[in-house]
Amino acid sequence: MTETATQKDSTRDPIKASEIDPRFKYELVKMHGSEKILKCFQCGTCTSDCPVARFSDSYRPRTLIRMAILGLRERVLKSDALWLCAACFTCTDRCPQDVEVASVIRVLRNLAAEKGCVPQVFKDQAGSVLESGYAYKIPELRAKKRESQGLPPLPKGNPESVRKSLKGVKFLETVEKKGESSGK
Amino acid sequence: MGSKYLIFLGCAVPYRVSAYEISSRKILQKLGIELVEMPEFNCCGLPLDPVSHETMLILAARNLALAEQQNLNILTLCPGCAGTLKKVNKILKADKTLREQINGHLKEAGLEFKGTVETKHILQLLKEDVGLEKIKASVVKPLTMLKVAEHNGCHILRPKEYIGFDDPEDPQTLRTLIEATGAEVLDYIDETECCGAPSVGVSDKVALALARDKLSHVKMVNAQALITICPFCHIMFDTNEVRIERMFNEAYGIPVLHYPQLLGLAMGMTPEELAFNELRVDTSKLLKQVAEGVKPE
Repeated sequence: MTETATQKDSTRDPIKASEIDPRFKYELVKMHGSEKILKCFQCGTCTSDCPVARFSDSYRPRTLIRMAILGLRERVLKSDALWLCAACFTCTDRCPQDVEVASVIRVLRNLAAEKGCVPQVFKDQAGSVLESGYAYKIPELRAKKRESQGLPPLPKGNPESVRKSLKGVKFLETVEKKGESSGK
Repeated sequence: MGSKYLIFLGCAVPYRVSAYEISSRKILQKLGIELVEMPEFNCCGLPLDPVSHETMLILAARNLALAEQQNLNILTLCPGCAGTLKKVNKILKADKTLREQINGHLKEAGLEFKGTVETKHILQLLKEDVGLEKIKASVVKPLTMLKVAEHNGCHILRPKEYIGFDDPEDPQTLRTLIEATGAEVLDYIDETECCGAPSVGVSDKVALALARDKLSHVKMVNAQALITICPFCHIMFDTNEVRIERMFNEAYGIPVLHYPQLLGLAMGMTPEELAFNELRVDTSKLLKQVAEGVKPE
């Protein structure tokens, strides 16, 4: 799982032919956000302009895109590095091939999340959205403080209506179940 | 629809950055922008985009559909919320199949997305609806004693295709709005780089290294304050400044102000009115300079 720091990054291990799924790229081309992945010619603009790559030893957007095109499905989806993208969209704006790199990374993350490979912080936020309609639950103390600061009351939201709209979303069903089984 | 907006607070502003909300409401009131509360809004959707794009689309479309019922445009304080609502509005208007799919979900809650409202971040509203001349005219106490640095952040600028009101490589809006208060804007290295906030929770180490890099560049040019327009960027630089100082054994002491706080000071409001007490980094030296009107040596 991505949240365990003990698992080492797999993007640099030698590649075995048996790991390659040549159809993976065609699946990605059909998904909203990664339609243009095959236009990537590996120039490396994304990695050289990436603010995260400057401070991380493992996050390299070009590598992730290459892995995906090669068909290293399992390896890319289980990679911890996948979750380091800060979604600053610098790569998207500067890519000379208009690959929309950040959107491709997002598609890969979505696929990883469906397999259950997702950092805890996102599960917490998803749980909170289902419970309150917001990604962070506002503590009661904070809500009360607003009155003393002359602010209008917080929007109450309509969690029930939010849950109705989100019915049938695959990823959220796994979040709900996990929440219930742990006795939340 | 004019100068009346539904205010979209989102999650981060009421959760951790009330000074931004307080100061924004104060300056907007003075500039004649009417804000309407919307109790039914939910999370914009952005935090869940990494794990489920579909969830993001549904959450954003639900907010837009609610605003459409009121026939009012949306104003946000968070660039992440503005960017998400703008992007989803554009995507769903253009893609009929996707729109029908998302509307299938909203139908369960008795809602429908039509694509009839627009979303603006407060920066865009100040530029386009209020206008530079009116903002300049509202300044009664020019802050000519201040030299500050700006931090736009990512989601107010990128991706250009969806946000598109400023140049992501050389943005001018925030700069011009700061200059309208009388303060000087200093240039520094990598001004348009990310603050690191989205990596918090995944790798705090990387996130704080990014913020530290920015703070060190801001310090290099001796800026008296850093001006932000995003709740997350503000948390990275203000709330986390002491943490960064401890982690890297360095001293910054750079006050981080929300732009509406800076404009409010120039409009003659008091630091108390603008919730300066909510800021983490000490602003007393800065406020003394403003009160006395003295330039730093």
